[in-house]
Amino acid sequence: MGRKLLLENINVPGIRTFEVYRKQGGYAAVEKALKSMTPDQVTEEVKNSGLRGRGGAGFPAGLKWSFIDKKSEKPRYLVCNADESEPGTFKDRYLMEKIPHLLIEGMIVSSYALGAKTSYIYIRGEYMYIVGILEKAISEATAAGFLGKNILGTNYSLDLYVHPGAGAYICGEETALLESLEGKRGNPRLKPPFPAVSGLYASPTVVNNVETIAAVVPIIKEGGEAYSKIGIGKSTGTKLISASGHINKPGVYEVELGLQVEEFIFSDEYCGGMLNGKKLKAVIAGGSSVPILPAGLIMKTAKGEPRLMTYESLADGGFQTGTMLGSGGFIVMDETTCIVRNLWTFARFYHHESCGQCSPCREGTGWMEKVLHRLEHGHGHSGDIDLLIDVAKKIEGNTICPLGDAAAWPVASAVRHFREEFEYHVKYPEKVKDPKHFEKEPFRSEKQIESVVS
Amino acid sequence: MSEMKAEVKFSQDTLAVVHKIMQRYPEGRQKSALLPVLHLAQAEFNGWLSVPVMDYVASILNIKPIEAYEVATFYSMYNLEPVGTCLIEVCRTGPCMLNGADDILEHLEKKLNIKVGKTTSDGMFTLKAVECLGSCGSAPMLQCGADYFENLTFEKTDQLLDKLRESNKRSAYTRSNQVDIQKV
Repeated sequence: MGRKLLLENINVPGIRTFEVYRKQGGYAAVEKALKSMTPDQVTEEVKNSGLRGRGGAGFPAGLKWSFIDKKSEKPRYLVCNADESEPGTFKDRYLMEKIPHLLIEGMIVSSYALGAKTSYIYIRGEYMYIVGILEKAISEATAAGFLGKNILGTNYSLDLYVHPGAGAYICGEETALLESLEGKRGNPRLKPPFPAVSGLYASPTVVNNVETIAAVVPIIKEGGEAYSKIGIGKSTGTKLISASGHINKPGVYEVELGLQVEEFIFSDEYCGGMLNGKKLKAVIAGGSSVPILPAGLIMKTAKGEPRLMTYESLADGGFQTGTMLGSGGFIVMDETTCIVRNLWTFARFYHHESCGQCSPCREGTGWMEKVLHRLEHGHGHSGDIDLLIDVAKKIEGNTICPLGDAAAWPVASAVRHFREEFEYHVKYPEKVKDPKHFEKEPFRSEKQIESVVS
Repeated sequence: MSEMKAEVKFSQDTLAVVHKIMQRYPEGRQKSALLPVLHLAQAEFNGWLSVPVMDYVASILNIKPIEAYEVATFYSMYNLEPVGTCLIEVCRTGPCMLNGADDILEHLEKKLNIKVGKTTSDGMFTLKAVECLGSCGSAPMLQCGADYFENLTFEKTDQLLDKLRESNKRSAYTRSNQVDIQKV
């Protein structure tokens, strides 16, 4: 049994209310921070914890905080990124819906550390029903003296607001999010300047993911050092994993970083094994943007070591044989999955979500969708596979924000590991015209049979 | 068609909410309220944003109409043309596709006798296929207004259509239609 720091009390009846949350020890981190620590000490604890951004990039959170421009005369802002839109990821929604006060508590402590007097939670518009849940939690916390003027009788005051987006994956990119919060189109900004210097309203701003902010609560309660002892190496603490696809128990799981991937998929404590006892074909471990890995490589690294749920282990082997922990959107595919079809849906997603600012992304995502559409629907040409790789290469690294890379990596990795399956689509157009082509007869190749793990 | 002639104006209650939202942002930054206020406008004015509605929102926020148009056209949740009473949005991205979203879409097309993107002739339903709604662990799913309907089967989908038709309430992201279907 791994330790749970965020979801420990998730099943306590009424945990969504202030009263019950408080009874379970909630808001102790606010009391501790505001009454016995300076803002810099809070930041130090977060640095010592080794906490890394849980939205996908994995950048050390304490370090990000320390970049905030404290010399500026302008107000400072903390903005919570609740624009969870990476396909395969639904952990923030779960956390906010089930235990909203954990996020509110984390927002108060983090805003205090940064010296923010006004903070915002930017939530994707589709999660509108959660806006009400968060606003209720905010009003409860305000009534109890944890928000508003002179919190707990200290000099520190904070106003916290929830701001809904309106359907745009790109707003998960922090500068696009800030543009959107300013009431504009979500076009990412050129960096530098970074938000820490010039963010919301050109003021110093930190943008952190929901889970990152929630993790600040146990870090302050138990100390950064205690947190850093959980996990392995530079992957400290716990991580929420959103598990979906062909598994028996899809859902959100909190895992101690360092858990073996094999245990995560097959143990009853987590995914509970493959749905209908089918064979595992591939996994996308960190949300749709990260490279897909075939069964063999997700279980073991190319060196033959067991693959672990850590930033480092999942990345072992680089993009040739590894992937990324990303947002923890863990998509499991069985032998009936058509890799081309799945990839086509992702390409369509990125094309739909490209903001259109940079031509390589705007045009390239469209081309990838088009080519994948014709391959999957039995109209592919022999040159299409190389064309896909060519387009992906021309997007990667050539755009203002990471959406371009996020669109290119899945394409490149799918072709890298499943090229034969793409070739099959060109060779047998009649067979793939049935959308369920591999459900009836799973794709088999000699290379793949070796890598399929039962 | 009295609603077409009616003057575009928020109710007093909604207007109070709009002013409360505007106060969340620093002075001179009232444009920040644009996305939330457009949501309110869409909910109040028949589920879509006409040019007069966008102009009205812009006038409240003291911004140029083009600033409202460019935002309304960027975000996928704003409807720029009329939609049915209930807007049904089926997620079809990767994880939902793996768990049968295509079948649910096809079923809905047959059941409603319309193609994706169209509205039923009685104006009751508009069917849309959308990208990831963050419900991958409970796929297949659809959104109708503020409500998520998850772990769908054909039976549950049929049940949902019946109940939505019965309640005959306009779907809006800002409120639940309080329709319950059997949970799995």
